[in-house]
Amino acid sequence: MESAPWESELTLAMKAEFGDSVLEFSTHRGQEFVVAKADSAIAILEYLKYEADYDYLVDVTAVHWPKRAGEEFDLVYILYSFARNHRLRVKTRIADGYKPQTSVTVHLTANWLEREVFDMFGIEFAGHPDPRRILMPDEWKGHPLRKDYSIVQMDDAWVKENLGIESGH
Amino acid sequence: MPETFLDSTELILNMGPQHPSTHGVLRVILKLDGEKVTGTDCVIGYLHRGVEKIGENRTYVMFAPYVDRMDYVAAVSNGLGYCLAIEKLLGVEAPPRAQAVRVILTELNRIASHLFWLGTHALDIGATTPVMYCLREREEVLKIFEAYCGARLTTHAFRIGGLQYETYDGFEQQCLAFCDAFPARVDDYEALLTGNRIWIDRLKGVGILNADDCKAYGVTGPMLRAAGVKWDIRKALPYSGYEKYDFEIPVGYNGDTYDRYIVRMQEMRQSARIVRQAVQSLPEGPIMAKVPKVIKPAPGEVYVSIEAPKGELGYYVVSDGTINPYRLRVRPPSFVNLQSLDKMAKGALIADVVAIIGTIDIVLGEVDR
Repeated sequence: MESAPWESELTLAMKAEFGDSVLEFSTHRGQEFVVAKADSAIAILEYLKYEADYDYLVDVTAVHWPKRAGEEFDLVYILYSFARNHRLRVKTRIADGYKPQTSVTVHLTANWLEREVFDMFGIEFAGHPDPRRILMPDEWKGHPLRKDYSIVQMDDAWVKENLGIESGH
Repeated sequence: MPETFLDSTELILNMGPQHPSTHGVLRVILKLDGEKVTGTDCVIGYLHRGVEKIGENRTYVMFAPYVDRMDYVAAVSNGLGYCLAIEKLLGVEAPPRAQAVRVILTELNRIASHLFWLGTHALDIGATTPVMYCLREREEVLKIFEAYCGARLTTHAFRIGGLQYETYDGFEQQCLAFCDAFPARVDDYEALLTGNRIWIDRLKGVGILNADDCKAYGVTGPMLRAAGVKWDIRKALPYSGYEKYDFEIPVGYNGDTYDRYIVRMQEMRQSARIVRQAVQSLPEGPIMAKVPKVIKPAPGEVYVSIEAPKGELGYYVVSDGTINPYRLRVRPPSFVNLQSLDKMAKGALIADVVAIIGTIDIVLGEVDR
C-alpha cells in the first residue's frame, strides 16, 4: 500500500510558512507524516509546538538506509497534540556525517532520545547539552543499529578489557 | 571561626547498580549538599540486549516473544502493542472475541503490574506488610495467565491477527471471581496506607512534577494523570474496542508521589470494572483474523501505541516488503519517564530519591531493552 498525499488546514498553513522546505505531506494507513529538509526541522518543531499545539514529543528515532546515497538516514520525530488529539511524524533525510541541530531547545524530552540515536546510529546532534552514549558503555566502538553493524559484531577489545572474557565468536 | 565552617563541599554518592530500591540495575550518581540532592545522573544500559537489533534479524512472528522480556511485569501489554502495530502494518484487525479476550488479559496484567509496583514501593518506604497482600492477589492473576497460555510472566499470550488459544473452561468464572473479591482487597491496602500518617509524611509533596513539566519531558501514564491531565490512550485513541467499556480516568491534582499512589490505586479498581464488563459481554466467534502464513507487509511504516501500565508504549515499525522488519523501534514509557528523575529529585533528600524512583514505576528491562 502506497502512501497518499495529505492535505488539511495544517498542511496549507505549513506550506505558507515554510514553502519549499517541506517536501511532502503524506498519509499511510491513516497516519500522517511530513517530510522536511534537514535544516528546517527545528523551525518546524517550534512552529508545530507553539502555533499548532503539537506540544508532546513522543519519540525521536532514526532509520538507516545505507544504499540511499547522500541521504543515508531518516531522522524521525513523532509528535502528539493533546488539544487536537492527533499524532504527526516529522521526518528528515540526512547524509551520513551530517550533524542535525538538537531539538532539546524545543522539547526537553529529546535529551535522552537524541542520546540514544547518537548511541545507536552515530548521528551527532549539534548543540546537544549532554552528548554522551546512553545504553552502550562510553568507550564502545561502533553504533549497533547501523545496517553495516552485524548482529554478532562486538567491540572485542572493550569486552576483553572490561569483562575479562573473550567475546565468544 | 573559619568562614567555611558551615559551608559544605559537594559530595558525590553512588547509588546502585545493585541497590534494592532501584528496582533492578539502575545506577544513579547523586550530587549531594549534606543530605540534599543537587543533581542526579542516571547510568543505564546494564540490561541492554539490543532488542531492536534482534528485531531486524528475526521475522515478524519470531520477534513476538522478545517483547515480553522488556517490561517483564507487564508482558501481556507489550505483546498487545506489538501485535497491534504489525496488524496495522498489514491492515488486518483481530476479530471481536479476540479483542475482548485481549482486553481482559491486558487489564488483569495492569492490575498485576500495579500490585507489584505497590508492594515494592511500600517496601521501599518501609511498609513491609502490603507486599505480602499484593503478591497474594497478583498470584490470582498469574494463575489465570498460566491456565490460559501456560506461562505466568513472559506469556506471549497474543498472536499477530488474534489469539492462538481459545479460553479454557472456567475462564469467565475465574475472572469474575477475581473481580468480585478484588475491590475489597484494594480497600484493605488503602486501609493500611492511604490514611497512614507515616505514608502521607513520606509521600506528600515529594517529587512534584506538574502538568507542563510532564509534557515537556514526555512523561505519560499515571504520572501524567497524577498531575491533573486527564489523558489516557484507551480513551483518546481507543484500540481493541476500549470505547465499548465504561470506565473512568482517575486523575490527581498535585503531581506528587502521593497523588501517583492514589491514581494507581483507582486505576486498579477501574481495570477490574473493565474486566467484568468484557467478560460479561464476551462475544462468540473466531479468534484469529485472516493472516498470511508468512507475514510480509507491504513497504511502509506505522507508529502504534497503547496505554501500558507505565505509560505510552509505542512501536514504530518500518517494513521494506521482506519477512523481517527493516526497523523496529520501541518507545518505552519507563525510559522516557525515568528522564524526569533529575527534575523531581533536585532539592529532595536521599530518602526521597528512593520514593521518587519507586513512584516512576520503572522496569529496567524496558529502560535498557
